[in-house]
This record gives sequence, structure tokens and C-alpha cells, in this order.
Amino acid sequence: MVMEPGSQSPKEDILKEDILLEASGIEKRFPGVHALKKVNFTLRRGEVHSLMGENGAGKSTLIKCLTGVYGIDEGAIRFRGRDIRPESPQHAMRLGISSVYQEVNLCPNLSVAENIFVGRELTKGPFIDWKRTEERARNILARFDMRIDVRRSLDSYSIAVQQMIAIARALDVSAQVLILDEPTSSLDKVEVAKLFDVIRRLKNQGMGIVFITHFLDQVYEISDKITILRNGELVGEYRMEELPKIALVTKMVGKDYDELAQVSRVEAREDNKVVIALDRVSAHRSIENVSLELRKSEVVGFAGLLGSGRTETANVVFGLEQNSAGTIVLRGTAVKLASPVDAIRCRIAFCPEDRKRDGVIGDLSVRENIVLALQARQGIFKYVKRKQQYEMADRYIELLGIATPDADKKLGELSGGNQQKVILARWLATEPEVLLLDEPTRGIDVGAKAEIMKLTLDLCREGMAIAFISSELDEIVRVSNKVVIMRDRTKTGELDGKELDQDAILKAIAGGEAV
Amino acid sequence: MNNSMNNSVNSGMTDGADKIAERKRGFSIDLKYIPAIAAILLFFVAYGIGGLLYGDRGFLRLRTFTSIFTDNAYLGVSAVGMTLVIVSGGIDLSVGSVAALSTMLIAYCTEELGMNSSLILCAALAVGSFLGFLMGVLIEKLSVPPFISTLIGMFLARGLCFIISIQSITINDTFLRALGKWKIKLPQNSYINLSVILFAVMLVVGVVVMRYTRFGRGVYAFGGNRQSAKLMGLPTARIQIGIYTFSGFCSALSGVLFAFYTFSGYGRHLYGMEMDVISSVVIGGTLLSGGVGYPLGSLFGIMIYSIILKFISFNGTLSSWWTKIAVGVLLLFFIVMQRFIVYVAGRKRGRT
Repeated sequence: MVMEPGSQSPKEDILKEDILLEASGIEKRFPGVHALKKVNFTLRRGEVHSLMGENGAGKSTLIKCLTGVYGIDEGAIRFRGRDIRPESPQHAMRLGISSVYQEVNLCPNLSVAENIFVGRELTKGPFIDWKRTEERARNILARFDMRIDVRRSLDSYSIAVQQMIAIARALDVSAQVLILDEPTSSLDKVEVAKLFDVIRRLKNQGMGIVFITHFLDQVYEISDKITILRNGELVGEYRMEELPKIALVTKMVGKDYDELAQVSRVEAREDNKVVIALDRVSAHRSIENVSLELRKSEVVGFAGLLGSGRTETANVVFGLEQNSAGTIVLRGTAVKLASPVDAIRCRIAFCPEDRKRDGVIGDLSVRENIVLALQARQGIFKYVKRKQQYEMADRYIELLGIATPDADKKLGELSGGNQQKVILARWLATEPEVLLLDEPTRGIDVGAKAEIMKLTLDLCREGMAIAFISSELDEIVRVSNKVVIMRDRTKTGELDGKELDQDAILKAIAGGEAV
Repeated sequence: MNNSMNNSVNSGMTDGADKIAERKRGFSIDLKYIPAIAAILLFFVAYGIGGLLYGDRGFLRLRTFTSIFTDNAYLGVSAVGMTLVIVSGGIDLSVGSVAALSTMLIAYCTEELGMNSSLILCAALAVGSFLGFLMGVLIEKLSVPPFISTLIGMFLARGLCFIISIQSITINDTFLRALGKWKIKLPQNSYINLSVILFAVMLVVGVVVMRYTRFGRGVYAFGGNRQSAKLMGLPTARIQIGIYTFSGFCSALSGVLFAFYTFSGYGRHLYGMEMDVISSVVIGGTLLSGGVGYPLGSLFGIMIYSIILKFISFNGTLSSWWTKIAVGVLLLFFIVMQRFIVYVAGRKRGRT
């Protein structure tokens, strides 16, 4: 079978020989998890095929099976009509299946040319022929309209450029199938457009492209077809035009989607005691003159643009930044929160915005991650007994519905939503009275978002005072009794009860008149 | 007019990647070269200062300069191997012991057993390489961190020295003596000897291997990002084992040169040499975190180390222990500089 660039037939669906990669009846089990159940997947020549599903639906596992990272338990993978069993990513690559992952897997200290060619540099005798190698690299990049200095080291270029270079590397190995796993998550709009240009070009050359992303708009912009997975099972394969967005989301999250609609806020009661109050609090270069109250059994939403002071306010309450003026009153007494340890002792808990950077310790187990904050509160010398640790971990795993085979699984190996739950569990273990949630639903899928919101409300019902910081107004409206509007590092208003809807919040954020 | 408009339209349409590339040019003249360049500058500054202070006592004479190499060639050879090791993100603590074992093997086998001396030279090199190979295997196959593996190697080699003999053995073998004493005479009563030539050869080998072979580039990739190197399909196991084997070979050769230099084999030779070698390599611009470093930088690291010794000997009143303090201060300076560079590079990446 010879591949002719651009020989894409209009009747692509019918022709059997158009099929590039066909996986059928793929089964994959991990200890305690049935990751893939009889999954089929078909990729044709000249097609951009999106693979959709929530975190933990099996997308990554399927990709890893196709590229030889994992072996399959049952089923068959056929590539251009022949049965294959990729044994390693390198093997898959040699067969013609290349993949580019979300995190750029290149070497930052090597030059651009080397990153494309390392391990297979052009040689003259036993020695590398740099001139020819660099020339080749330039030519390859020119195919993507990238005219950059290939001799400079990779880390002098932006992530977007690095991503392109990763794709260039993947393609040079005469690939026919290109798998892009979340390639756009760190790119801006212009860069995404650029990447899509490249994808379209490759598609027109007859390459089959598997595209994984969380961004629905991008799926609709670039894909021809879509395969949906849920809980390791195949939901179906659809043509883009026959699947409106709402149907896609419903299929992805299944019945859970209805639950999102059921998320409804807890009714606020006036007699709820104030747990923590900020009185004209300012902090150097972060917030100015912020006054607010958090009451028992109440969710206060924090709305505002990035840098408006939402996160900064939480930082001050958690002792990460010190207030330079004003007072913080906790249960009626003024307190000085000089560090997070102080805050933890005052039963304040904080789930930070960037959980990858500030929360998740991927190499530690779920149990260790959960026990962490409690241990910090007790001081390092009062060891929490191992048995107690397991009990605690198991309790929260059940309580929050954390999908993990056991408490000893490394946190880094769980999906984003589950990691977030573990971070939440870490703080719940300290039995806080004030819970600060900064973007708790970022980077996790729709179903997990609903779960996190429901958890928030459950905790609120139990009497916790919760600050819910989010840029998703929809979520704020769903969970909050009261919304604090932040703009330009200060509080500009407060909305509650009946006035709470997205429009009102938007107006308040944009308008600026005190509401 | 038309032309200029055309231009502006074009530049407006330049893709993001190009723009970023252009913006980045200019101020990031590869940061990774800076430590090595700083080392080279530092050497010349130190040499100049020495000339000003001790010029009248012959600091600037050719003999002083050549002695930098004749006295420290053995360190330099080991530094070439160490450069590879540190670039790969590892460390080799065994170099001093392996070199001492080399001197011991040579002395014992030629003097006590009367074996053929050129055969012994080869055997010593083979033993060093093999020890390096074993350490590499330990690191690669059993995932024992380099620090521990080479610590094991260090104790093993040192112990073997004393198993062979606890005495210092003088080398009287005529062939070895001839090799050790052979020299090329230069003007002003100065000379270079076989050690210097072997050092030069190893340096060239180091430069070529690291710059022009797939193995060498693999070492850089490995040190830059191990996971990526693996995913890019590099034979990381072979590279890792190769690195330590090479370092073992260099250490053994270093021992051979030291035997030429002192005409003796002794288990107490070269105690702490690994620290001198590591500090020279780091001062020469190799990042301890791996991924960046050049054999030529290490050459200057050795030269700086050696010129500090010269300062102290020319001064005449200072205790030789000031060497350690000076090396310590320099190390501190270079490590802080490396941290700073890593920090600046990180921030720049954060901005784009």
C-alpha cells in the first residue's frame, strides 16, 4: 500500500484500505481497576479523530496501549492491515505511530536541531555531521513555517515552539499516525491556530491524527470524527456534524450530568455565626482595604478577574501574606496569622489554585498526601500512627469517592479530579472551620466538577464556612450564598440571595459601582 | 511606500513562534556558556595578578606555566571523565581510590612480581575501566544512586590497595622510569612530559566524544532530561554504563600518570582527589544538576586550581591549606553563579 500525499478520497468512510489504525476489543486491567473494556477505535487516513472522555475514562490508557507503553490484555491492534503489538514507544514510532505528549518530552539543554535528531544525527564516518544535521532540521521546521535558529538551545524558546519541535521530531520518523495528547493546554490562541494549521496540513498529506483535549471548542474546530469513552467503555464513534456540543457532554459524563443540575446552594440563615471577619485589611502590593465576613454554613463566592485580589485575599487569610493594615477577627478575637502553620492551628484550610505546583506531591502516596496537613498542625514530632493514617485515608477515599485502587497509590498517578479530591481530603483531615477553595475545579472534567461542587455544599451543610474562588461564574452562582466582587485588588461589592446570577456578577465585575 | 506597507503587513503576519524567537535573541546569548567563559576569564585574571605580584620571582616564566600541566596532568585526565559523569547528572566519588589502585597495581606487579611493565599498564587501565563498568551497572540495573554506587566503588578500590600491600612501593622498573622521565625540552629550562601529552590526548578525546558522537550527545540528553532521553529512544542504559566505564578508565589512567610522577604505588595515594577533581570540573563550568558542561571548561578548572597552588608557593609564607579555602570560596562563587543562571533561565521561560 503506497501512500500518496493528498490522495484523500471523498468516499473515505467506505473504503476499507483507508483504515490506518484499527484497535478492536482492547481489554486492559490494572490491579483493582478495569481500565479498558472491549474498546474499539478506528483511525483513517486523512482524518483528525478526537478521543474524548472524562479524566479516568481510559483515553490515556488507550493511547498508551496503542503506543506500546502498556501491553494489552486482550484484543488486537491492526496497523495498515497488519497485526501489530507495539512493545515500547520507540517500537511504535518505528512502525509509524508517533505521539506527542502534553508535557514536552525533549531535552531543554540541547539545541533545537539536536532535539529533532538526537540518537539519529547524520554522521560522517563515526562523527556527527553538524552542518547537514542542522540543515535537515531547518528544512523540517520550514515545513511548519518555523524559521528559528536551530543551533540555540531548546529552553530559549517558548513552550509553544517547543511543542512544534516535539511534533517535528515525531514526524520525521516517517510517521503515518500522529497522536497528540493535550497539545494545546499550554498554548495561547495564536499558537493554537498555528498548531491547527500544521494539523490540517498533515491531514491533507494523508496522515491520521488522534487528538485529545479538554477544550470542546477546539474539538469542534479541528476534528472530523470523535470517539467517546466513559469509564473504560466505548460510548460510540460519531461524525462531528451529527453530534452537537450538549450531546457530546451528555455522552461524556453519562448520567452524572443530570446531577450537575441538581447542585443547589444551601440556604443561608441570618443567625449563622460569623467565623472569620476581615476588617479593612490591606496587604502590601496585594489587597487594599478589604472587609468581609465568612459565616458558619455559608459559601461565599469570590468573583473577579485574574489579579483582582481574589487569590490574594485567600493568601492573607491563610497567612501566606501578612496584612499591613486592618484586623482579622476569628471567632470574635483578633488574630495575627503570620504563617500557614498559624492558620492551620486556627482551623483554616486552603486548597491552592495551582494544585500541581502548590498542592500535589506526586511521588507520595494518597495516604501520605492526605496526612500531610494534619501532621503539619501537630508538629513534626507528634507522629500520626500508621494505622491511624490508613484509617483516615480509607475514610476520605470512601467519603469523597476518590477513585484509587488503594491508599498506597502514588498521587501523581491519579487523574486531576481525584488529585483535587485528595488535596481536599488533606485539609478536611485537619477538621477545619474555614475552608478556602481557590479554583477547585480547574483542569478537571465536567463530572468531577459537579462532584467537587456537591462536596463543597455537603461540607457547608455540616457547618463549615467556605470561600469559593473561581473564574467560572456559573459555578459560583451554583454554590454561593453570597458573592464578593473583587476588582483592582479591592472588594468592590457584594451580591447575595436573589440578585445572584451570572449577568449581575459580570456587571459588577465590569461596572465597578458599589452594588 | 508601497514596499514598506507590504513589509509591515508581512511582519504583522509573522507567526507567534517567529516573533518569540526574535524577541528571545539578543539577551539570552546562551546562558549555559557563561560559567565556562567565566572560568576562562578567571584564569587569565589570576594569571595576570600573579604576574604583577610575583613577576620578579618568575611567575610569568614559561616554566611556571608548563608546570601547571606537568604537576596536574593526572588530575586533568580524571577531570575529563568526571565532566562526562557530571554532565549526565551523576557523580563519581571513586576516582581517587581507583587511581590509587592503579599506582598500587603497577608498583606491586612490576616490583614484587616482576611482571612485564607495559602489560601491567594495560591491566591497570582495564581494571579501572572494569570497576567503572561495575559501578555503571549498579547504577543502571539496580537503580542505586551514583553517589552510593561510586562510594561503594571508592571503598572497594581503596581496600584492594591495602590488600595488595600496606607499604609504599617504589617503582624502579627501568621502562616505567624512562617513560616517567621522558620529556620534550622547551626554552627557558621548561619542558612537557608524557603525562601532559596523554592529558592533551584525553582532552581531545573528551571534546570529540562529547561534541561529535552520538554517545556524547546522548550524555547531554541524559543529563538534560532523563525521562525525555528515554522517550526519545536513546539507549540510556548503554549511555549510563558507558559514562562510568569511561570515568573508570580515566581514573586508572590518572593513576598511571601519578605513578610516573611519583614513581611509587601506595594505598594512601590520592586521598581526597575526587573532591579536587569534582571542584575543578564545577569551577570549569559544568552544572552539578547535569546537562551542561565542557571538557575544555574543566581544563580551565584544573588550571585555576593549579594557579591557586602557585600563588601559595610563590607567596612562601602562606600555609598550603589556604588552597582549600581558596578552592572553597571559588566553588561557592561558581555554584551561586550557576544557581543564578538557572534562576534567570527559569524566569525567562516563565515569561513567554
